[in-house]
Amino acid sequence: MLINHLLPCGALTNTGSAFWQMISQQEKIKLLHFMRFVRLFDRRMVLWQRQGKIGTYAPVEGQEASQIGSALALNKLDWIFPSYREQGVAFTLGIPTTSIIQYWSGHIEGCKPPIGYRYVPPTVPIATQLPHAVGAAWSIKKRKEDAIAIAYFGDGATSEGDFHEALNFAGVFHLPVLFFCQNNGYAISVPFEKQSATKSVVDRAKAYEIDEYQVDGNDILAVYDVIKNARKKKRPALIEAMTYRTGAHTTADDASRYRCEEEVRVWLNRDPLYRYEQLCIKEGLLDEEQLTKEDEKMAIHLDQSMKEVEQKTPNLPSGLFNHVYYQLPNWLEKQQEEASEDVNNGSVHC
Amino acid sequence: MLTMVQSIADAQRVALELDENVLLLGEDIGKNGGVFRATEGLWEQFGSDRVIDTPLSEAGIVGSSLGLAMGGFKPIVEIQFLSFITPAFEQIVSHVARMRLRSQGVFSNSMVIRAPYGGGIGAPELHSDSTEAYFVHTPGLRVVVPSSPYTAKGLLLGAIECPDPVLFLEPLRLYRSRKEEVPSSYFTCPIDKAKRWREGEDVTLIGWGAMIPILIDASQMLIEQDISAEVIDLQSLSPIDEDTIFDSARKTGRVVIVHEAPRTCGVGAEIAARLSEEVIDSLEAPIKRVAGYDVPYPLFALEHAYLPNVNKVVRAVMELVYFQ
Ligand SMILES: Cc1ncc(C[n+]2csc(CCOP(=O)(O)OP(=O)(O)O)c2C)c(N)n1
Ligand SMILES: [Mg+2]
Repeated sequence: MLINHLLPCGALTNTGSAFWQMISQQEKIKLLHFMRFVRLFDRRMVLWQRQGKIGTYAPVEGQEASQIGSALALNKLDWIFPSYREQGVAFTLGIPTTSIIQYWSGHIEGCKPPIGYRYVPPTVPIATQLPHAVGAAWSIKKRKEDAIAIAYFGDGATSEGDFHEALNFAGVFHLPVLFFCQNNGYAISVPFEKQSATKSVVDRAKAYEIDEYQVDGNDILAVYDVIKNARKKKRPALIEAMTYRTGAHTTADDASRYRCEEEVRVWLNRDPLYRYEQLCIKEGLLDEEQLTKEDEKMAIHLDQSMKEVEQKTPNLPSGLFNHVYYQLPNWLEKQQEEASEDVNNGSVHC
Repeated sequence: MLTMVQSIADAQRVALELDENVLLLGEDIGKNGGVFRATEGLWEQFGSDRVIDTPLSEAGIVGSSLGLAMGGFKPIVEIQFLSFITPAFEQIVSHVARMRLRSQGVFSNSMVIRAPYGGGIGAPELHSDSTEAYFVHTPGLRVVVPSSPYTAKGLLLGAIECPDPVLFLEPLRLYRSRKEEVPSSYFTCPIDKAKRWREGEDVTLIGWGAMIPILIDASQMLIEQDISAEVIDLQSLSPIDEDTIFDSARKTGRVVIVHEAPRTCGVGAEIAARLSEEVIDSLEAPIKRVAGYDVPYPLFALEHAYLPNVNKVVRAVMELVYFQ
């Protein structure tokens, strides 16, 4: 059964009203602010890609509720294993904007988690981070930490072997790991009906004896509630957030080749930000003046972050060699010297 | 006039027309025409029974292709980027490369696995790696790399004709870098022969794929120094066309091997070993490699420093020419 608290028009369901009573004013406002920030950030990134300031970019638009609702439900000790489209999660958890921009600008430094964070760098090969989350949950269990591990992935990822192996391990070893699938309908051009003969991703949970939740992924209250609840149980669970990316797969993709405008329009009418804003207006939480001020602050913050990234000069040649091994072996040191020489004699430009 | 990616689509079109047992399988190759458009128009022309959008599962794609090959079909598989072949590594090295041997010639393992690869296009992590050596190290497989639109079509059709499994690596950087006349009809280029792009007397430059334009530019620059360089495009990394490289090395006495992959155990190491076994007496200087460093392929801000370039090649040649 699809868990739903907030309807596309902004009205609360019965379960939604109950949950709304339970959460604090501060939480309500945080949910709103992060959604607005992430949308602004994401649109700015698409623009920067068009202007050649960053590389290929995977937009989040349409999936903000899934990402922010889940991320806000996490605790400091939780291990987080994102895929490449989790800028909303990163942002909500406090990963610096400069890091996110650096990553999409091709700088490895952007992958470095801030000290004390268990936010793992983005995983590019589909579904391969799921077994890592299983292992991190295992570590949590062995150390008796008050935490969980969560892996983020898409609907396409459920076809890879690693997905099934991870769920099986989680079930067999009873690990506190959440498998959070954002079912946005497509794996690049392939719709979910062609990805799987099952109607939904959660159908797979039964096969591994783990918990399952299917939630309206454009409903930030429902997602927030489900993850809060699931993380408390410290049991393995498969969560399917039904959502949609309203943009292309990446800035290198042309979505009009494989989906029709009509379908996109249907989903635009289910926009996660619009419906939460409607609720906040009704509840008197949306202070227009305050929000405008914050949007301006955010825009300045983004521009400053970009400037900061642009001013960073590449670490050559050490950026190629640092951290490949714990300590640079002698033979590799020789190659680093060669690389230095190439920079010094102009064979390679900085 | 076709780009390389267009000529690759054209080769597959010709193959689909010619042999009803040819099937295309891969992620996003149907309706979307492939993320690089290497199967553009084929789904429309041949339908979804022959140009098949598969689930996102490389092991599934390659493993089931082996079953199809055993059943007499001729699968042409697209792996979206070479780095994403790894889930299928088990299927390739344990089964595709061995089924003919294991069944003592009774079952076919004939298929072509196409994969775009290589750097220089500012792509995200794991979209630029050159891991050809893993596959050259796997007996039973052939590995072929084109460097021009014309040879791409001829070599791909040659690979499709070949009864052995062929890994066909397509240099991303060359997909759209230039156009040339490519016949629309069926033709093949031999898939076990190297190609000499330039004749020269003083030094042999050996490379493949995206390195070829760099080697040709380097040979041009070397003319100004009065050095005449021979440019050899290996084309077939497995098997290696020994005759062509040995003849050239005997003639010039100097060899520079250039590849994007990390230096250690790269295909250059194999070439150097064979040269030292067979033609060492004719060499006037050590064999030199210009290759990627022994580090993971960097995120794109540093890829220009990682990759071989014309300057690095010219400097390597100068070292050999002035070797005492
Ligand atoms: C192992 C592997 N195969 C192929 C790819 C290329 N690729 C990148 S994203 C993607 C689709 C992923 O779809 P999904 O899991 O639904 O996530 P979404 O992009 O929709 O968020 C593919 C095929 C990859 N990154 N890794
Ligand atoms: Mg998806």
